[in-house]
Amino acid sequence: MIESRHDSVIVRRLSRGLIPLVQIFALYILFFGQYNPGGGFVGGVMLGTSLILGILVFGPTDPLTVVTKRIAETDGVGLMIFAAVGGLCLIGGGQFLNYAELEIPGLAAPSRRSLGIILTQIGVAVDIAVTAVSIVFSLSVMSGNGDSHG
Amino acid sequence: MTYSFELPLLILLILTAGGAIFVKDLLSSVLILGSYSFFLALVWAWLGAVDVAFVEAVVGAGLATVFFVITLFGIDPRDTLIRRTPPPIAAVVSLLLLGLLLLYAANDLAAFGDSASPASTHVSPFYLENSLADTRTPNVVTAILMDYRALDTLMETVVIFTAGLACWLLLRRDAK
Amino acid sequence: MVELVQGWLLRPNFIAFVTLFLLGLYITVTHHNLLKKLIGLYLVQTSVIFFLVTTSAKDGATVPILMPGKTAIQPDAYVNPLPHVLTLTAIVVQVATLGVSLALVAGIYRKYGSLDEDEVLKKLE
Repeated sequence: MIESRHDSVIVRRLSRGLIPLVQIFALYILFFGQYNPGGGFVGGVMLGTSLILGILVFGPTDPLTVVTKRIAETDGVGLMIFAAVGGLCLIGGGQFLNYAELEIPGLAAPSRRSLGIILTQIGVAVDIAVTAVSIVFSLSVMSGNGDSHG
Repeated sequence: MTYSFELPLLILLILTAGGAIFVKDLLSSVLILGSYSFFLALVWAWLGAVDVAFVEAVVGAGLATVFFVITLFGIDPRDTLIRRTPPPIAAVVSLLLLGLLLLYAANDLAAFGDSASPASTHVSPFYLENSLADTRTPNVVTAILMDYRALDTLMETVVIFTAGLACWLLLRRDAK
Repeated sequence: MVELVQGWLLRPNFIAFVTLFLLGLYITVTHHNLLKKLIGLYLVQTSVIFFLVTTSAKDGATVPILMPGKTAIQPDAYVNPLPHVLTLTAIVVQVATLGVSLALVAGIYRKYGSLDEDEVLKKLE
């Protein structure tokens, strides 16, 4: 199914304009997850969906698909970010994932918790985006060889 | 009874679920399932669960449908027609009994919309009163998810990572 | 008997949950196609999650997003946020396990050439 780019010029032009819009909206939802509904999960899935649209429309030889293949191989970075934030709390003297013990000189405890929440949300979003793209690549390998009518 | 909008939505929900079952073709069934997810997101948004409605609309109606359709793409169209056999009597009778048992126990649950139900009285008033002062985050759901119960979220991230890894190992080993 | 039916009318979310749960379970048990079984499993999972969220509803309450600046916060004016947290996790885990089960079905199809449960069982012997 990812054999070649889409035939229609309209679809390609629209996707080229739509993908950056979806990514900017996903970043807005991610960073404003503390003030509006949203958060890490939805932002991550929307980022992954924009990349999936890119690989479906533009085919296997486009630079976007090549970069997305590289991104899909970095599965696990999000988990490392999340656990690293927890480990920094351990280094600062508190328990695992107790953000009040992060070692930042100018902030009081509620602001430290707010900062910890943002960092872990970034970790979760990266993890979900990369996993969604990786699952789509794995599922479409099956349809690439053999008879794929459809 | 103040729910005048929820009853039609619930009926539509059950009708779409029934439609996803009794359709003969697999692709149509999958797409009706996507519309079922959208109705579910509407019901939750009406009840005030906006975060959950957001996630369900993006993940259930978006990502799950994409996974299903990509899998269906690699399957020969002859295999996607569904064979119908008469329903086995034992399954129907035992499921009806299960339904009657579940409905018999309905009176022990709190009524819909009750503020004094056990789910709303022990820990959750503490979270509602103290989360703004502790974490400077107006969205209470995000504060609970990422601060008070951060360990659950860490384990969920591990599950998601493991699922991606399992898909890779299942399907990419011998298709080089 | 009458108070049983009155109890059911006060809890429409429970009736919807039981209907969807039994429908999904029926498909999973009786249909022969592997993908149809996965659709039935999806219905079972979403019906349970639906039931969890509807236990958090309160009459006349609003979205659990607090406005900074108010002095006293009444817990009764906001919808209970704790089931929302549990269901957020459950929905994302549900789609991840859906991906793994679709990968399993794709592997079975690649190896045995059929999605029908009886044919696969025949080829296994």
